Amino acid sequence: MVQHIENGPDVLFIDRHMVHEVTSPVAFLGLKDRGIKVLHPEKTFATADHNTPTINQHLPVEDPLSANQLKALEENSREYGISYWGLGHEKNGIVHVVGPEYGITQPGATIVCGDSHTSTHGAFGAIAFGIGTSEVEMVLATQCIMQAKPKSMRINVEGSLSLGVTPKDVALYIISQLTTSGATGYFVEYAGQVFRDMTMEGRMTVCNLSIEMGARGGMIAPDEKTYNYVKGREFAPKGAALDKAMAYWETLYTDEGAQFDKEITFDAANIEPMITYGTNPGMGIGISNNIPIASAVEGGVATYQKSLQYMAFNEGDQMMGKDIDFVFLGSCTNGRIEDFRAFTSIVKGRKKADNVTAWLVPGSHQVEKAIKEEGLLDILHEAGFDLREPGCSACLAMNDDKIPAGKYAVSTSNRNFEGRQGPGSRTLLASPLVAAAAAVTGKVTDPRELMEIETV
Amino acid sequence: MAYDKFNKLTSSAVPLPIENVDTDQIIPARFLKATERKGFGDNLFRDWRYNVDDSPKKDFVLNNPIYKGSILVGGKNFGSGSSREHAAWAVYDYGFRCVVSSFFADIFRNNCLNIGVLPVQVSPEFLHKIFTAIEGNPNTELEVDLPEQTITILATGEKESFEINDYKKSNMLNGFDDIDYLLNIKGQISEFAKDTPL
Repeated sequence: MVQHIENGPDVLFIDRHMVHEVTSPVAFLGLKDRGIKVLHPEKTFATADHNTPTINQHLPVEDPLSANQLKALEENSREYGISYWGLGHEKNGIVHVVGPEYGITQPGATIVCGDSHTSTHGAFGAIAFGIGTSEVEMVLATQCIMQAKPKSMRINVEGSLSLGVTPKDVALYIISQLTTSGATGYFVEYAGQVFRDMTMEGRMTVCNLSIEMGARGGMIAPDEKTYNYVKGREFAPKGAALDKAMAYWETLYTDEGAQFDKEITFDAANIEPMITYGTNPGMGIGISNNIPIASAVEGGVATYQKSLQYMAFNEGDQMMGKDIDFVFLGSCTNGRIEDFRAFTSIVKGRKKADNVTAWLVPGSHQVEKAIKEEGLLDILHEAGFDLREPGCSACLAMNDDKIPAGKYAVSTSNRNFEGRQGPGSRTLLASPLVAAAAAVTGKVTDPRELMEIETV
Repeated sequence: MAYDKFNKLTSSAVPLPIENVDTDQIIPARFLKATERKGFGDNLFRDWRYNVDDSPKKDFVLNNPIYKGSILVGGKNFGSGSSREHAAWAVYDYGFRCVVSSFFADIFRNNCLNIGVLPVQVSPEFLHKIFTAIEGNPNTELEVDLPEQTITILATGEKESFEINDYKKSNMLNGFDDIDYLLNIKGQISEFAKDTPL
């Protein structure tokens, strides 16, 4: 912290700043208007991901507006000396996937990006959160932003996850319990056995979704898994710098007996594979449950009914067995190699349902490479699936990957808002396992049914 | 970028009594492709406001001429979801200078404050009173007084105070932005940068 402003926010120094093509152009314009430079270009990293096509990336981008944004990011990066991983660059990918992959994300760092899912990086014990474009300009100009100190919340999930229950289900379960505004004003620490046992990629999925309950950010205390993940990556400290960093990282745990403004504990045994039925990520249920009736739900009945009407679902409906049209595997939430392994484990030896269009979009070129090297692509091809090229894709449908109006998509992404995946699209958020089960059956299916068959 | 000063605003208001209005509704992602801050008001609430053929949806409040004014009143948890500042730009560009709700999502609130749109958080009860007053008379005027930190339903005189920190309040009153402030403490930032461990 550089400074505390009396009766105002704190001035925070930012260690790592990630930028992408959509929320940065106006920030760079602001710099030009003020006639100032980027203060620390070496602390900012640019990648193209939000509006990029996921097929034929070797060809010029067809949409002139997207092409213009990409050109602006490339030119701004060059002008201000920022490293830029554009379309076709081997390091290109979704900002929250490539940050950790290349060791930009480190424990204890303050990390911001003009994207709400920046909370992902909290998986490393970093203080990471999304910012608006004015704040992007602020960081470019001064390497600082202004933040009021948030309240603190600890969410403990104790016990062990049962078969078929993934980090995504843990997050969707927590959000369904807290609602989409339940953690607004708080910074969340996830603690307990479930998160200690979780892989780094699983932790990223959980922290990624912190914003969906309104939290400023979410974090998990770094441990051996964290250090081992970071060590050796391109931008991670090495040699003496690593020793120094390690000494710092090892201090980043929560003191025994620390007091939080709010503390909640859940039992892992109560979590089953989750699926959403409404138009915000808090409207999720265990896959074997029925859609709640309006009177049993917190909040306005009119808002709830508007949501179900949009989805063309009824109160009390069973989710299982509902027909679906699209499956989307990808995004900064579930676009990593473990997600593709999970998806492949279900579709292996099965066939994609004829009524389903499936878009499998790796989070980065590195993920894409691993899919091929591990032989997953062959299994996917065998089952009737194809792989697209990296990007945010149908998560927010800024490119051509749009779910058509009225169609249902089981998506591993992070938001089921009205029209999020394309005007009129209907999104069911779920884990890669649930997405895979839907992809091969053509309807909402409990992946455990398919997993049990395997074990017989 | 310096923005309009905000002092006292008296205006009728546009009611949107829906909860969890997310920034994808305020401005859908497909309209985020500009490289300049221009014209976002045209696409404010695009998919609630227009049909697929671009004809206006008659039942949406922005298409109903009896509701007008530079204050937008929304339901609980307004502005959740994506960090896109374009949502705040769209609200501003359409002509709103103040958004009232019983609860705001963090990033949207910050974005508003950073461009000179005042987010006013009121109690759920007061929000209900505002909606009821506008329902009774669409011309109901609200007075938002930033120096006093109060919002008043003028017809009934019902008043509630709202919170804003002194720093942001002073910025809003004077039309200053954070970058002006930070550029003034550049020396202190450079000193700090020397000692960062990362």
